[in-house]
Amino acid sequence: MENWLMETFLWNNQQLPVLQIVVPLLAAPLCLLINHRWYNWLFTLAVSSFSFFVAALLLLQVSQEGAEPISYYLGGWLPPYGIEIRIDQLNAFVLMLITAMSTVVLLSAHTSLENKIEIAPDKNTYLYVAYLLCLAGLVGILLTGDAFNLFVFLEVSSLATYTLIALGRDRRALWATFQYLVMGTIGATFILIGIGLLYMKTGTLNMADLAQRLPELSESRTIFVAFCFFIVGVCLKIALFPLHFWLPNAYAYAPTVVTAFLAASATKVALYIVIRFVFFVFGVEFSFTIIPLEKVFVILGTLGIIIASLVAIKQQNIKRMLAYSSVAQIGYMVLGVSLSTAAGLMAGLLHLFNHALMKGALFLALGSILYRIGGVTLRHMQGVGKTMPFTMAAFLVGGLSIIGVPLTVGFVSKWYLLQAMLAEGWYVVSIIILIGSLLSVIYIWKIVEVAYFKPALPNNANVKESPLSLLIPIWILVAANIYFGIDTRLPVALTEQISIQLFQGVAIP
Amino acid sequence: MLSGIYGLLSATLFVVLDAVDVAFTEAAVGAGISTLLMLTTLSITGRYEIQRPKIQSQIALVLTTITGALLIYGTLDMPYFGSTDSPANAHVADYYLSNALGQTGVPNFVTAVLASYRGYDTFGELVVIFTAGVSVLALLGTVSDKTMSDDHQPMHQHLILRVTSKMLIPVIMVFGLYVQFHGDFGPGGGFQAGVIFAAAIILYCMLFGLGVAKEVISLGMVRFCAALGVLLYGAVGVVSMLKGEAFLNYSVLASDALVGQHIGIIVIELGVGITVAAVMISVFFTFTGSAEEDDSAFDASSPSDATESNSKQVSQ
Amino acid sequence: MSFDSSFLETFFGLYNDWIVVALMMCGFFIVIADGNLIKKVVGLTLFQTSVFILYISMAKILGASAPIAAEGIESYSNPLPHVLILTAIVVSISTTAVALALIIRIKKAYHTVEEDEIQRWDVRIHRSDKRAKVR
Repeated sequence: MENWLMETFLWNNQQLPVLQIVVPLLAAPLCLLINHRWYNWLFTLAVSSFSFFVAALLLLQVSQEGAEPISYYLGGWLPPYGIEIRIDQLNAFVLMLITAMSTVVLLSAHTSLENKIEIAPDKNTYLYVAYLLCLAGLVGILLTGDAFNLFVFLEVSSLATYTLIALGRDRRALWATFQYLVMGTIGATFILIGIGLLYMKTGTLNMADLAQRLPELSESRTIFVAFCFFIVGVCLKIALFPLHFWLPNAYAYAPTVVTAFLAASATKVALYIVIRFVFFVFGVEFSFTIIPLEKVFVILGTLGIIIASLVAIKQQNIKRMLAYSSVAQIGYMVLGVSLSTAAGLMAGLLHLFNHALMKGALFLALGSILYRIGGVTLRHMQGVGKTMPFTMAAFLVGGLSIIGVPLTVGFVSKWYLLQAMLAEGWYVVSIIILIGSLLSVIYIWKIVEVAYFKPALPNNANVKESPLSLLIPIWILVAANIYFGIDTRLPVALTEQISIQLFQGVAIP
Repeated sequence: MLSGIYGLLSATLFVVLDAVDVAFTEAAVGAGISTLLMLTTLSITGRYEIQRPKIQSQIALVLTTITGALLIYGTLDMPYFGSTDSPANAHVADYYLSNALGQTGVPNFVTAVLASYRGYDTFGELVVIFTAGVSVLALLGTVSDKTMSDDHQPMHQHLILRVTSKMLIPVIMVFGLYVQFHGDFGPGGGFQAGVIFAAAIILYCMLFGLGVAKEVISLGMVRFCAALGVLLYGAVGVVSMLKGEAFLNYSVLASDALVGQHIGIIVIELGVGITVAAVMISVFFTFTGSAEEDDSAFDASSPSDATESNSKQVSQ
Repeated sequence: MSFDSSFLETFFGLYNDWIVVALMMCGFFIVIADGNLIKKVVGLTLFQTSVFILYISMAKILGASAPIAAEGIESYSNPLPHVLILTAIVVSISTTAVALALIIRIKKAYHTVEEDEIQRWDVRIHRSDKRAKVR
């Protein structure tokens, strides 16, 4: 019996792509039925690890020499009539990143959520259900090859995200969620308008089919407007600079596990949508010659880096500080995309990967401090370096990575970004990147100074190091930060292949 | 009230534009559920409003004008209204119109596309509803559990209303079932049926009080049903996977492809109906639950009390 | 200034889209400009419904009938946008429900549903955060 199951189910490569989405989707209602703290956690963790496992298999499959993108026809209907799951290296790469981060973050969830500051004790089940739904939504966005289906899963993940944020204990979490909900819904509706206009002119919703039909329509004003609406809508979701208002509050007041997960996944997936549409569906030619996307992204990206970093320096609440830093880091990724060269795109993708690692580590470390001390303002951080040496050391490594110190992942992606910039002769922008790094030195230093050189507050003096269940996931991420900072082959080779593929248009058979 | 009228009007517009299924849904949602939820919320929050500084609306005006102008610019290249040869109506849509009946055996094209060709989308849609249900329960759920024992009957004195509704409720439920299973042939389907079914319960609940209604249908059961519907839908897909075909490929469910399609569509529509009804009921329960709690507890918690608890939260 | 026939043709060809745009912008304006949270949600609903009309009106073919197969009917309107909008309506009501539930919670936590008042509250909390700076 078991053998048969293994054969038909798990090892049958045909079904792998759909298992990726079906398992978390069906796990969510089951989780609601289980309704037990411990089992729920275990179950969620198992599901997430399974997703990661499948994602890794998929990535292996599409990274082989001369491998075609995997297509899976849902319902057995040929695209463009039915919906297709389509996996090439780009989405397999992001997919693996998201599921890996989700699994690592979940490792710490059980302990972290014991804390009543994080979440009301009776709401644990909802958190896990929403977490699974959010994961499923994000995975759904990554897998699908259908524009409208992307909208549906975008909404699944958004609604789940609203729930996750609103579960934060601080009442400001509610207001943050409402702001996010309004912004997010406007964004989603803009995307819906964009998709509608595309459909109106092409008669299809399948992305590959769209990519084939769009070039001959590139003069059309309707397509121009569709592009604008779509991109603006997605930029709301990435929290690109002037549209970022929802992000700091949402990150600051959500339970820390949620913040770590969202910081490592949600904005990344939104950026994936931009890359997928700009380079694959609309095509480089349309996006950068007919539409001045390059200039818009450069201006917004640089402004985002500078202003968000400046605001981050002024923050007292460290969660908020890191949230602003996320807005700045998104600026780097967008700059990479805006270069419209393969090298630039590669740097952007690399930073997407690396940023997930560092922000994941930082937020989890913060969660561990919150678990022991009960607050994450600068004042709470006094003396943490001595009372919680391992947590703080992890935080330090994450911070160095944000700054971009050599031997950390932050250095690698900034290095590639600078190289790509200089190759195009963008000297001014390169200088701005360096200034951004200097600004991040300031805000990271503020924390480090307080943590290592100030005495602990009297009632925090006897705080112990956090339990292993929190430390292990943090140090997994820290190790990844250092490992990929030294041995850069894997992510570099992958992102290089992806960007070369996208620029040659080989991804379209 | 106005939003109800708005919902009905847009439903009528959809009928004129030949979208009967959409009209049905919009009538149920726009004129029914969303109005009901709005009113409940309004009864909790009150009708008080403050004037905002003008500058805000000026900025908004500029933004909307820019967006609107952009859209109008985009319309200039659009195919004209009602034209037969527009690209939207040619490529994929044409395929559906000429093949759907033969491939799925369902005369209602909308149902065929919704449940079969784009069944995965509909699964996603069902999950969206489920997510919304979870979300509302997470936000308001525990609040209403405390008022389980609440037994005051809001419309105790309206004898006529009570008697007529007792007669109406079974009819509404039967109609719901009709809509559920007739979706293949006429407008209707799981979503609309779920809403209608929920409406019957909600009507009962309005007339006889939340406490009585909860004795019949507990929140736990509703939660179970919400999960069940999603699982049922997913199960259909998993069965077709076990048979070695793609997820949600109904053709393999029976030896004959058309029969298989038919079985698949009926089961998934049932799943949709169950989840939609359960979520609607649970949303209504939690909304009114917190409204009733608000009535009883409003005087007890004075603003100063609230401030104190807030500052407590902050100091944490 | 004279209305030539091409302008009229454009007008009668696209008036449905222009109506949609007007409606859309009404909703959008309410969402941004109004401070009352419930009105924001109403604005969102309006905004979304207008998009529904955009989709449905592109599916209409003059002289065609509703897309349910029957004898003696040769041309049907396009069913695909109908399907998409059915999904979108469900998404929209889901969002509305969550938004309203949030409003109820906000009302309980802040005792108001006015954006400006809520922000004033939060600014006050921020200040007390700042007062507790590093000594």
